[in-house]
This record gives sequence, structure tokens and C-alpha cells, in this order.
Amino acid sequence: MKATTEPRDEAQMIASILAGDTQLYHQLIRPYERSVYMMALSYMKNEADAEDVAQEAFLKAFHHLTTFRAEAKFSTWLIGIALNEARSRLRREAALRMESIDDTQDQGGHTSPAILRDWREVPSEALERKEVRQMLQQAITNLPTIYREVFVLRDVEELNNVETAAALSITVGNVKVRLHRARLMLQKQLAPLLRNMNPKRRWIPWF
Amino acid sequence: MVLNCKHVWDCISGYLDDTLPAEMRDRVQRHLDHCEICSAVLDSARNILILSADDLIFELPVGFSQRLHARLDQEMTS
Repeated sequence: MKATTEPRDEAQMIASILAGDTQLYHQLIRPYERSVYMMALSYMKNEADAEDVAQEAFLKAFHHLTTFRAEAKFSTWLIGIALNEARSRLRREAALRMESIDDTQDQGGHTSPAILRDWREVPSEALERKEVRQMLQQAITNLPTIYREVFVLRDVEELNNVETAAALSITVGNVKVRLHRARLMLQKQLAPLLRNMNPKRRWIPWF
Repeated sequence: MVLNCKHVWDCISGYLDDTLPAEMRDRVQRHLDHCEICSAVLDSARNILILSADDLIFELPVGFSQRLHARLDQEMTS
């Protein structure tokens, strides 16, 4: 997770907040604002609802801080709350999509990658282009939920497999399977589009 | 057993994360060394991951943080 690099004793901060120093909560959550928002956005698919869900999640976390167990990571716990908030809101709103979070099959079907010989541009150059960013956003947003949530936590927010599994309450094995499929789906969809936008050939060295 | 392209695609995620067992990683590597197609697939997959991890892709809405903390202030004290 892209958190602060300063050493923070979150357990101590939480204890202080529970003891009455509630203003410290602002500081506690700052490094996680983005991840919580991203988790919300990956469900709600529009910024206004995602912001609302994120705010609710931070408020719920504050009101339920006594239930936080020290053996968990605070960030993972927070993201789990955002996830539940987003899911229950979607259930309440009942319906934009009939896609079930639980019913989508993990294993079914094989995704073959897009075969391209000449898309090897330098990514940072591509990112400067607004249409490339929008294309990526769109492709990630359109992934089926069970792949999108894993991809967002692992490859957008850069949580590790264990943290992602904990936040989503699934196994590490499931994280790996879903992540692999999400990546291949995105490669298949995006590689031809990105190649067409920047036909320059560049070799990117491995590692 | 020599790996074919389909086997290698199944390993791309693990290869990118460097979580393949050493022996499998070597076999995938040997395949990639001579297979132009799979090395291009790998490159494009890696590029997409690099792009996805960039904060520019999904930016926080302008004023997100201020609104959040203002609401927290309002509700934490009530």
C-alpha cells in the first residue's frame, strides 16, 4: 500500500483515539484515503457514490474502532469496511447490475492473451495521454466484480496477496487465480488498443 | 517436457510476480528467450501493470480529502 514512509505506531494511535484523542483519527486514516476510495470506486463505478461510500466507511470505522483487533492490519480492516459498505449499498439500490459477486465462476474458461509483436512502448509516456488513462480506467471498471476487486487491490493499490485476501475475505489461492485472469483479460483488451495509439517500438528490459 | 505457448501464458502472472517455483521459472524463461510472441505478451502485460499502478490512472476527486475530514469533524464530535 502506498502509505506513509514514516514509522507509525498505529496501535498506539488507536489506543489514544479510544482514550479520547479523537482528532488523531484524522492522522490515522490519511495514508489510506486513496485505497478506501479506490475500493469504493471499483464497486460504485462513479466518483460521487464512491466518495460517499468512502466517507461512510471512514465514519463506520471510527464508530467501530473498539472492535478493531490488533492482530489485523488497520489498512486491511478499513478496506474491508469500505467493501462491505459498497456491497450493502449496491444491494440496497438493488440492481444496476444483476451480476452476483458470489456466483461468477473463478475457473471457467480460458483467457488467451492478445498476440502482439510490436507494443512495447515506455509506459510513462503513454500515461501522459488522457485517452490512455481513460482507456485503462474503463477497462478496469468493466472487469467482472470478483476480478476487479482483486486487481484494484493488488495492481492498482499494490497490496500484497495476503492483505488482499484478508480485505476480501477470500483465500490467497483465490487471489492468485483471480488476479491472473484479471491481468490476462486486461492484456487481451488493452494491448491492441494501446499498441494502436502508440506504434513506436521500444524494448523494455526484463526486471 | 517442453512448454508450449499456452502453458507459458498460464504462468505469466506468477512470472511477473516472481512467485513461480524455480524450476518452472527456468522453463518459462527458456521459452521466453526464443519465443517472440510470448515475450511480447509478457511485455504488454507488464506494461499494463506498470500503467495501472500509477496514481494518475485513478485520481482522488478534487477536494476529496477536505470534504472527508470536514465530515469527520462534524460527526465525530456530535
